[in-house]
Amino acid sequence: MAKVPVQFTLNGSERAEFVESGATLLTTLRDRMGDTSPKGGCHQGTCGACTVMVDGELRLSCLTLAETCEGADVRTTAGLANGEVLTPVQRAFEDAFAAQCGFCTPGMIMAATALLERNPKPDRAEVIEAISGNVCRCTGYEPIIRAVLSAARANSTSAA
Amino acid sequence: MAKKRGRGVAAVNYPTGMNLGGDPTQALVHSTPTGGIMVTLSSVDLGQGLRQIIAQICAETMGVPTDAVTIDTADTDTGPHCMGTFASRGTHRVGNAVIQAAQEARQVMLEVAAEELEADPVDLETDGVGNIHVKGASNRNISIFDTALAAHFKHGRSISGRGMFLVPRSYPETETGAMKPSTCYAHACTVAEVEVDDETGEVAVLSIKNVFEIGRALNPKMVEQQLVGGSWMGISHALYETTEPYYPKRDHGGRDYNEYLMPGPGDLAETEIAVLERPSGDGPYGAKGPGEMCANPQIPAVANAIFDAVGVRIDTLPITPERILRALKQREAA
Repeated sequence: MAKVPVQFTLNGSERAEFVESGATLLTTLRDRMGDTSPKGGCHQGTCGACTVMVDGELRLSCLTLAETCEGADVRTTAGLANGEVLTPVQRAFEDAFAAQCGFCTPGMIMAATALLERNPKPDRAEVIEAISGNVCRCTGYEPIIRAVLSAARANSTSAA
Repeated sequence: MAKKRGRGVAAVNYPTGMNLGGDPTQALVHSTPTGGIMVTLSSVDLGQGLRQIIAQICAETMGVPTDAVTIDTADTDTGPHCMGTFASRGTHRVGNAVIQAAQEARQVMLEVAAEELEADPVDLETDGVGNIHVKGASNRNISIFDTALAAHFKHGRSISGRGMFLVPRSYPETETGAMKPSTCYAHACTVAEVEVDDETGEVAVLSIKNVFEIGRALNPKMVEQQLVGGSWMGISHALYETTEPYYPKRDHGGRDYNEYLMPGPGDLAETEIAVLERPSGDGPYGAKGPGEMCANPQIPAVANAIFDAVGVRIDTLPITPERILRALKQREAA
């Protein structure tokens, strides 16, 4: 089958690739563009490990066709840190030991980042709601919830 | 028809490792030319943090900084033999093997440093931040970096060591059947508070309070994380998870992430953990294996709490609303 060209911005850089028609954004990012930060957990849109942002909105990259991202602004966990400087969410995950095996972590961090971008001061219930599309097998979620709340506090302190 | 509360308690003793056929782990430690310490294992880190703990154990034994240690969990074909990462045995078995290997490597390291410093190896000590000096004379010192260079290029020595930890096979006594199937028990006690809806059979775990006795916590933050996660997994085993809900029939088993039930972030019980440290005599720096033990006491505690709440004893897992309702019906009929 003929390949199709796709072109979009990935973490601030213009990227172009030829992909199989029907290729998902997840396989395009991982296998074509070398960004392995989104993880393939269930490949059916249930686990959230592949979560990325497309034009500022959370998307499950395993259910998103690469062709639909033409011209879009795609952000992944790999593009969050400024060199060695982590974002408040990433720092909070590190400080709170909010990862064990780490497979869910990129998706959790994208979900948390999107939450804090639209709601800088979420309460516990809002944090739970925001990560409810992301499955974690190790932590029991509590350290993740604490990390997001602590990132929110760090945000409000630095803004003040 | 009402929501009824109940409280249950349970305690467990949990072994570290197994030795029904002998339980060995081997480890190799060697230094690079620039003093990096490599630990070669075929033990697997499956996310529980084995590499961090083993790096700490090696660093403590060698007298070097933890970040100077690299753990190569390599390949089970080519690495030193390990029975595997299961039975909560990683820290205990691998840690003990690494201590032995690191002691041998440290001895060579000190012998080389002694040559360089014109001192006796027994008079040397490490400062833990990358240097070796003569006891009581810290100005007579050499870095581990320079010691490794000297070993490689001047003395022709290999700063390396072999480690082996074996729990030998235990045979039952003919008369009594008594044997030692495992070593080094960790302990836990859990109190669960539940609310059971006797109309729907649904159970909400309101709070779960756990005390864990785990030997020495080699990395307290990682221990805490494992225990909090384990406590949640115990609730999951008690009330949610199964691949065969009507075992031995395979009917209605979950086929994917959607149908395999686990408590999500919205279903969390208020969780407390307390850690008691009673260092074990045969563990590396007193450690035991808390990995699986920490996900066990919640199951009988929740079952007991359900009994306390609605008076039915469910002995099949998971304790689903259907099982509770059937038991309530059966009790009414009796």
